Amino acid sequence: MCGIVGLFLKDPGLEPDLGRLTARMLGTMCDRGPDSAGFAIYTCGRDGVVKLTLRAPAGVAAADLAGRLSRSIPGSSVTVHDSHAVLSVPEVEEAAVGEWLAREAPDIHVIGRGSRMELYKEVGRPDTVAARFGLPAMAGTHAIGHTRMATESAVTVDGAHPFSTGPDMCLVHNGSLSNHNGVRRQLEHEGATFETENDSEVAAGYLTWRMGQGLSLGEALEASLQDLDGFYTFVVGTESGFGVLRDPIACKPAVMAETDDYVAFGSEYRALAGLPGIGSARLWEPEPATVYFWER
Amino acid sequence: MPDIDLSVTPLRDLNAALHRLSPNTNERHWTVANPEGRHAVAVGLDAPVTVEVNGPVGYYCAGMNKQATVVVHGHAGVGVAENMMSGLVHVTGDVSQAAGATGRGGLLRVDGNASARCGISMKGIDIVVRGSIGHMSAFMAQAGNLVVFGDAGDALGDSIYEARLFVRGSVKSLGADCIEKPMRDEHKQALADILKRAGLEGDADLGEFRRYGSARQLYNFHVDMAGAY
Repeated sequence: MCGIVGLFLKDPGLEPDLGRLTARMLGTMCDRGPDSAGFAIYTCGRDGVVKLTLRAPAGVAAADLAGRLSRSIPGSSVTVHDSHAVLSVPEVEEAAVGEWLAREAPDIHVIGRGSRMELYKEVGRPDTVAARFGLPAMAGTHAIGHTRMATESAVTVDGAHPFSTGPDMCLVHNGSLSNHNGVRRQLEHEGATFETENDSEVAAGYLTWRMGQGLSLGEALEASLQDLDGFYTFVVGTESGFGVLRDPIACKPAVMAETDDYVAFGSEYRALAGLPGIGSARLWEPEPATVYFWER
Repeated sequence: MPDIDLSVTPLRDLNAALHRLSPNTNERHWTVANPEGRHAVAVGLDAPVTVEVNGPVGYYCAGMNKQATVVVHGHAGVGVAENMMSGLVHVTGDVSQAAGATGRGGLLRVDGNASARCGISMKGIDIVVRGSIGHMSAFMAQAGNLVVFGDAGDALGDSIYEARLFVRGSVKSLGADCIEKPMRDEHKQALADILKRAGLEGDADLGEFRRYGSARQLYNFHVDMAGAY
């Protein structure tokens, strides 16, 4: 099953409400995925500063660790959200962060990296997870989220979406890929590294690889129609864009809404029902094998 | 005239109240507000009543319907009017996949588009879509009529039995064992009857529709046809 949501704002006036609206969308998708949840949110950024989202394992206090880390890295700052910490560091200091983590806290995962993207995921009911991280109070330009119903692997945070495999790029997936092992091998050959055995991480890695070749998000999604097999609905975020793709059979549900103020995606209409102006929004079901994307 | 607000009344209470209606009930016209995409709104009705739903509904709205008229002012999710037995279901917006699936009777009218697998395994229902329909529609359709004012997607009528398909626009491709058939006067008359029942008499030029149905080559497995599967 699983549920996915996405919200891409066109009206800057709604940016303070992005977290609140996204949290509500995630909450309505609890029925589709009560086991774990995650979201990526694109917030403000500064030139020359990179944001690293760090996830601490159970039993490790993210606040203590992030504090030690930021004191060790000149010019850095940190915000802690439950088990996650977002570290903002000058780009020139990023390598030092990696060294510090490898030395001092090798069990910390860097789950997201970019100029604006922050990424959070945990085991638990999606509404609880969103509240733990304080999503309703977050502001930003766009966000994507996922609620997981584990059917084929354990309920762990490693299996939770979104997956990020490149700067400011992340993906949520509803479905199941059938050729992910072959694609993973091919991408590893190209130099990509993967943290999990998860098929969705391969999809994210594939898009990152394609965009690394100079393709736009839309072109990378177009290419995935040829190279990824299985059933899928993807929602993808980049620093400036938001894309949607369904497989040619359209196995997994999807509904979209667009107004002058936003573009929204939900696995079901229920996820969209609380958005402002939804009554007069253009609503449609994305066509199979058709790439949709928006850029700011 | 009961008015139910689903932001106040639990959906189960609405459906239970509709299920309790006797054939000679005086409560013949119901309105439902704020469905907000909820699933299984007005399912399993078996009384000659009208239920008007104001807003978009989720999955399986008006499934298993008997006798009743269900009107959705908005869009409907997956499986609207699935396994309908009789009555009328009318959606003013678009419908998602598998609209009218396995329906045995009654009429489903969709004023917008229907996505994939519209009328899959239909067994006697009549479906009228004023927009277009998605791929694999009327898959294994057994009986009934599917009328489409717009276009049909890939593999229309794959492995079809005896349902009749009338499409005014283009057909992207026909599925296995589905062929175009001549549109004779008897078929135009049948089409006119369906449109009349749908309240769409004179809404479309009957001469613009083309008829599709079964070539009847796949009823029994024949090794020469293996490539068609």
